[in-house]
Amino acid sequence: MAVEIQVRVNGKTHDSRVEPRLLLVHYLRDVLGLTGTHIGCETSLCGACTVLLDGKAVKSCTVLAVQADGSEVTTIEGLAAQAPGNGAKGGLHPVQEGFWEKHGLQCGYCTPGMILTSVQLLEDNPDPSEAEIRRALAGNLCRCTGYQHIIEAVRYAAKKMSKGKR
Amino acid sequence: MAMRYIGKPLKRKEDPRLIQGLGHYVDDLQLAGMHYTGFVRSPHAHARIRSIDTSKARTAAGVVLVLTGADLQGAIGPVPCAAQLPDMKLALRPVLAHDRVRFVGEPVALVVATERYAARDATDLVEVDYEPLTPVVNPEKALEKGCTVLHEQYSDNIAYRWELEGGDLAKAFKAADKVIRQRLVNQRLIPVAMEPRGVVADYKPGEKQLTVWSSTQIPHLLRTQLAVMLGVPESSVHVITPEVGGGFGSKLNVYPEEALVGYLAMRLGQPVKWIESRRENFLCTIHGRDQIDDVEVAVKRDGTVLGLRCKVIADLGAYYQLLTPLIPTLTGLMICGCYKIPAVRMEITGVFTNKMATDAYRGAGRPEATYIIERMMDLVAAELKKDPAEVRRKNFPQPKDFPYATPTGVTYDSANYQKSLELALRNSNYKRLRQEQAKLRRQGRYIGIGLSTYVEICAMGPSSAMPAGGWESATVRVEPTGKVNILTGSSPHGQGQETSFAQIGADVLGLEPDDINVVHGDTARVPYGIGTFGSRATAVGGTAVYKSLVKLRDKLAQIAGHLMGEAPQKLVFRQKRIISKATKKSIAFGEAVGAAYVAKTLPPGLEPGLDATTFFEPSNFTFPFGVHVCVVEVDADTGDVKLQKYVAVDDCGNVLNPLLVDGQVHGGIVQAVGQALLEEAVYDEHGQLITGELMDYAIPRAADIPWLETSRTVTPSPVNPLGLKGVGEAGTIGATPALLNAVVDALAPFGVRHLDMPVKRERVWQLMRKGRRAK
Ligand code: FES
Ligand code: FES
Repeated sequence: MAVEIQVRVNGKTHDSRVEPRLLLVHYLRDVLGLTGTHIGCETSLCGACTVLLDGKAVKSCTVLAVQADGSEVTTIEGLAAQAPGNGAKGGLHPVQEGFWEKHGLQCGYCTPGMILTSVQLLEDNPDPSEAEIRRALAGNLCRCTGYQHIIEAVRYAAKKMSKGKR
Repeated sequence: MAMRYIGKPLKRKEDPRLIQGLGHYVDDLQLAGMHYTGFVRSPHAHARIRSIDTSKARTAAGVVLVLTGADLQGAIGPVPCAAQLPDMKLALRPVLAHDRVRFVGEPVALVVATERYAARDATDLVEVDYEPLTPVVNPEKALEKGCTVLHEQYSDNIAYRWELEGGDLAKAFKAADKVIRQRLVNQRLIPVAMEPRGVVADYKPGEKQLTVWSSTQIPHLLRTQLAVMLGVPESSVHVITPEVGGGFGSKLNVYPEEALVGYLAMRLGQPVKWIESRRENFLCTIHGRDQIDDVEVAVKRDGTVLGLRCKVIADLGAYYQLLTPLIPTLTGLMICGCYKIPAVRMEITGVFTNKMATDAYRGAGRPEATYIIERMMDLVAAELKKDPAEVRRKNFPQPKDFPYATPTGVTYDSANYQKSLELALRNSNYKRLRQEQAKLRRQGRYIGIGLSTYVEICAMGPSSAMPAGGWESATVRVEPTGKVNILTGSSPHGQGQETSFAQIGADVLGLEPDDINVVHGDTARVPYGIGTFGSRATAVGGTAVYKSLVKLRDKLAQIAGHLMGEAPQKLVFRQKRIISKATKKSIAFGEAVGAAYVAKTLPPGLEPGLDATTFFEPSNFTFPFGVHVCVVEVDADTGDVKLQKYVAVDDCGNVLNPLLVDGQVHGGIVQAVGQALLEEAVYDEHGQLITGELMDYAIPRAADIPWLETSRTVTPSPVNPLGLKGVGEAGTIGATPALLNAVVDALAPFGVRHLDMPVKRERVWQLMRKGRRAK
């Protein structure tokens, strides 16, 4: 028994008929083809599937697509366009830039989730300490980097974004 | 060659796609008509399959095929094992179990459906009637007489016995002032790459071409094995490794699902996808470590180690995977660590138990060796009331002793252990830490300082010492437009060789890294290669790349020399030009390239085209080394262990890109923190994996780790022209003993001389209580 939903994803409105049990992450990946959002556990434990749902970082493996009806979703594919001054002309969000500059990724599998969680962190706390960054990333697992370069990436972005505001 | 890029911290070329969600991992592939498969897996550790009823599953919505092990008898060959040891028992694993299951998670049936969820639903509808058998879980009990036997064709559960002896052990123990003994347990671990395994296969019957996309570290070896398992010509199989979300050895293997998905695509004529769930990843992807080591060292009163004896029980699990039996033998090769120990004896007993197979997990046998020798060195120091650094210093070979042959039969290429130890002690302010420790103890606070001086065996390796070839290939092709493709047989999955190999290419050919494209992981594009594991991609794969680049540069120099009227030896490649050192005359790089393809102005006898291939065979392994120092604080009230400080000095020879090396070291250290303090694969007495999810198996999180202070010494390897050693596993090898040594050091005032990994709060608390009472 399919259900009608309307979701705005990365600035584009989608009208879809979905099974009520369809996970948001499968909706994004399999229905909309936005495969930048990854699946590492499907049980809310790894953070690989993190997206912004109405501006808040959520684990999209633990949200049903029908719960996103009427909402606005930002995935890694749409993040850059949201960065101030980027708009349609492309470029990177400062957090993406930080991950590139500071070697914040190796295999890249955790990376989209890490980046979106960091975006949320910097919105809540534009100048986080090392300990605050580590705490904020508690729900995102990375098996490759040992986290240190990720911390540096977030700091890089914090600095860059605060400059941008001034 | 001007080193403009080699050695520089270049940002990675692979990152732009990965940070924008534009990379493609296996699950990101969508093919028209995709079918999905799911597996029915045994809930029992040991059981006979009485019958399987598939009727409900077959008629479920969306289901197109249900198969059991019985249906596949003879259709697909067994899971391959490349390792061969003398007198090793065979334990062939069928791709689907048909009469007996031997570990929880072993697949017994599969379902194919037109949709992802339908396949999962239908696996629940398959009814399997099992007759449970006694599970064999504890490896020591597995060795007892009368224990249930896993493989009924044999009389016991011993997979093999392997011995290694060097030097005069009897003399060593006779001459000893003291013999120090300890049992050390290296617990079973689960690799947990963040991307689970996954396979997609597609078959084109007209062309008879089977394409398999798999999240693997070894695309070519997988292709060969798939051809054998499926009974098709290898020329009909094409393996593509898209982005791989971490491996750590867990994808250095050939798994039943890879063959089964390939088989299904051929049978159905439809593309088929299987994506491993995290639960399956815990149950059915290889595990690591799992050794019980009984160790004895013979020492003189001054701390000189005379001999070492170690008996190993290695829990191999129920069947062999690709390298299972081999891994514990690597512990044997490296058991002497970075010390001159004249006599050693290793006895390894490989044991079958009703668990998932162990195999290569980051470090593979060497973390175990390093843990053994480094814990023992600390026990020697404690027993002789000496500083752990002093005992180590006493037993190091001198820099002039290299190449240094150990009694285990390997030859260390180059090292200066003294230098890295002194640097690590200085960087960590070791003396001050000891004073601080004494002061805090008086206040009832307990910090521990841990030291580990490690050596590892890398750049695997000369083919003579490898189960399936130890060389690596590289083809370099300069295209007519002057852009360069490097095709490497290595199969990076996070290590960053798209960048570091481009750095080599840019320097050899005088180009920019952006002019160079690195291609890997596609058996139709890249010549046969061995793959990425054993810290080999840079030192072996990178050397093959370098050699092919030099061949091409020499050919281009001949072409350019002919055009310019200059001697080719006098030409240098710089800033996209080929320049005469003598006359300063130059031509554009692209002009010489054009000449190679237009082929009207070539020197007589020279072939057109610009394509060079190397199959590089290393003459030896390499032996990176280093020293790690860390500080932990143990909470006297709760037993909580907090890692406070971490200082690492690593030596991986020359460095192509320091950013990448730091990343490897960080990641390895944090995985070691996992083993030392958090992780343990626990099977209960029924053979159920009770740490079978991320909820119960704790891998380190960002907040568990302090700032890691890393630095390097550089001792180039003489084994390859770039002096590279490899660094992918250094962290898991060097860090684990440093961490344990620190915890034991913190607990020394409570009379503790050893405790096993992972260090658990309640155990620490109990030991402290016991120590207090005894006082
Ligand atoms: S996939 Fe959603 S938290 Fe792991
Ligand atoms: S970069 Fe591989 S899991 Fe984080």
